Amino acid sequence: MVTRMKILIIEDDLEAAAYLAKAFREAGIVSDHASDGESGLFMASENSYDVLVIDRMLPRRDGLSVITELRRKAIHTPVLILSALGQVDDRVTGLRAGGDDYLPKPYAFNELLARVEVLGRRKGAPEQDMAYRVGDLELDRLSHSVRRQGKEIPLQPREFRLLEYLMKNAGQVVTRTMLLENVWDYHFDPQTNVIDVHVSRLRSKIEKDYDQPLLRTVRGAGYMIKDEAAKGDGRPDP
Amino acid sequence: MSRLRVLFRTTAVRLSALYLILFSICAAFLVFYVTGMSQRLLEQQTKEAVVAEVTQIEAIYNRAGVNGLLRTLERRARQPGANLYVIAGPTGEILAGNVASLQPGLLDKEGWTEQAFRYQRYTDESRREGHVALAHVFILSNGLRVLVGRDLQEPEKFRVLVRQALVVALGIMGLGALVIWFAIGRNALKRMDRMSEASTKIMAGDLSQRLPMSGSGDEFDRLSESLNAMLGRIEKLNEGLRQVSDNIAHDLKTPLTRLRNKAEAALAHKATNAGYRSSLEEIIGESDQLIRTFNALLMISRVEAGAAAAEMSDVDLSRSVEDCVELYEPVAEDEALRIEAEVPAGIHISGNRELIGQALGNLIDNAIKYAQGADNPLIRVRVERRDQSVVVSVADHGPGVPSARREDVVQRFVRLDESRSKPGTGLGLSLVEAVMEMHHGTLELTDTDAVAENNRGLTASMVFPVVIG
Repeated sequence: MVTRMKILIIEDDLEAAAYLAKAFREAGIVSDHASDGESGLFMASENSYDVLVIDRMLPRRDGLSVITELRRKAIHTPVLILSALGQVDDRVTGLRAGGDDYLPKPYAFNELLARVEVLGRRKGAPEQDMAYRVGDLELDRLSHSVRRQGKEIPLQPREFRLLEYLMKNAGQVVTRTMLLENVWDYHFDPQTNVIDVHVSRLRSKIEKDYDQPLLRTVRGAGYMIKDEAAKGDGRPDP
Repeated sequence: MSRLRVLFRTTAVRLSALYLILFSICAAFLVFYVTGMSQRLLEQQTKEAVVAEVTQIEAIYNRAGVNGLLRTLERRARQPGANLYVIAGPTGEILAGNVASLQPGLLDKEGWTEQAFRYQRYTDESRREGHVALAHVFILSNGLRVLVGRDLQEPEKFRVLVRQALVVALGIMGLGALVIWFAIGRNALKRMDRMSEASTKIMAGDLSQRLPMSGSGDEFDRLSESLNAMLGRIEKLNEGLRQVSDNIAHDLKTPLTRLRNKAEAALAHKATNAGYRSSLEEIIGESDQLIRTFNALLMISRVEAGAAAAEMSDVDLSRSVEDCVELYEPVAEDEALRIEAEVPAGIHISGNRELIGQALGNLIDNAIKYAQGADNPLIRVRVERRDQSVVVSVADHGPGVPSARREDVVQRFVRLDESRSKPGTGLGLSLVEAVMEMHHGTLELTDTDAVAENNRGLTASMVFPVVIG
């Protein structure tokens, strides 16, 4: 039985908060809501959440100061910052304040959902898995090798990192911007469908000679690697 | 009157007043010291002369007795400019000498009179109580008292003279300072007036105004110069802002209208669920494009405002360029284009990796967009050292940009008519230029193949000025 994820949304725009709560509920995530920085800080300190979604500009206490205060109290719940400000310097200050991820407004809900899910899972998942497995696809992080049904698939270094990130988050939607951020370490909008092209190359390499597809395109959101045949979420058993 | 008050408020005048006061204090101290010293010296000489005479008189008394003494003193007392001589009885009545009256009690004590004292001479016509002297009194063996003294008029005169000179000198000095004061202060004031006049005009909105320069290169000129440079920047930013708001009005209204039309159309037709879905998806697509444009605009203005300048660090340019090429390579291949990279390893510059990556991404993206279907499918990305700079260039063999339009395409939202059909915000090159400006570099646009008939291609070069390693 998978426990449901519980998150706290600290957002002063009530309409936006209500929309988010509804959308998260439909995605199977329980959410609480605080409408200002002080009550948000209180709720985040008193209760246990999997992820905090914090708006950067809040009444009574600024979003960044909520995060710094939480970190000072040794509360390390993953934080996703929402901000209407620009991107270049703002994201850096946000992450420096102790945030784990950053999403500029306006955003697509699918983008937010994918990031929240990845953050929520990260809490429990061991970072130092030396190998990932999805169905009959195996990735060895030590030897940098990828095998399917025991047969080695040669990959370019970047393709390897792409697959590694997808498999680390197996069973979860990973958006294009998340891939650009985590695989290429760029945070800008590449204008064209660069990521799609890279993913489709990777897909052809890992799926070409096999019947079972693994890498799915999730419409309007991004990509997900998953063992379609298996019942579970495809993550390796501990 | 108020002008004088304003004058006094100027720094030059205040400073010169301060200097004047300090200088006067020093001068006064010096003069008093000098007069004091010389007076003491004169007194010393006087005393020595008196002592010498006393010794002489004692000798005369011992040799010639009272009569000889009286005679000698009478003779000496009559000489012009003589010392003071008094011979008095044991009770203090004056027996002989050239002094008419003395302060009482002066003759009671032997030795130096403690202070200068007042006396009157016989020879005084005016009979003024004006004489001051220093004297030595001694008592002879028969009880007679003898006083030998010297008039202090000379040192006194000297002191008065020096004092007068001091007053005159200080007066001249003060007057001179006042004049210089006035000249400097007035000059400074005039220039300040001109400057504040110009800045008032600027504040009123005329940003083309500049502060006046005298051409002398003094501190006022330097101040004006840097303020003018600042004004130039403000004017440019302001100009950019106005241009952007004009362009926003023009270029964002178009997609907004489209968005609205699509929504209206979806409502007007009695569509199926699937029809609504596809309409909504189109609308989301349109709004994503709008958001994209907004983000690009925001990014440019933030870069131009220097907000990202704080995030400068050492950037491995070679690696960044390779990463970027690698990112776009598959896209180019899908369009039947080939990217060739010539990147020597280990070139570092000081910059913002993220922004350089985005700028280069924009250039490569442009090259891919415009070289589609060109005869020569090669896109060459090159990093090279050139003199004192590092150049990152992207060369394609597409239609290129006519040299007359090169300045235009860098402007925001400007797109050549031939390229309106291509996707894009019209902001790509503006961002590259903003990024280059932030790095104190330039964006250069040239022909790739200057002799070709058509399809000269475009080479966009990012020129970074300083090399670190």
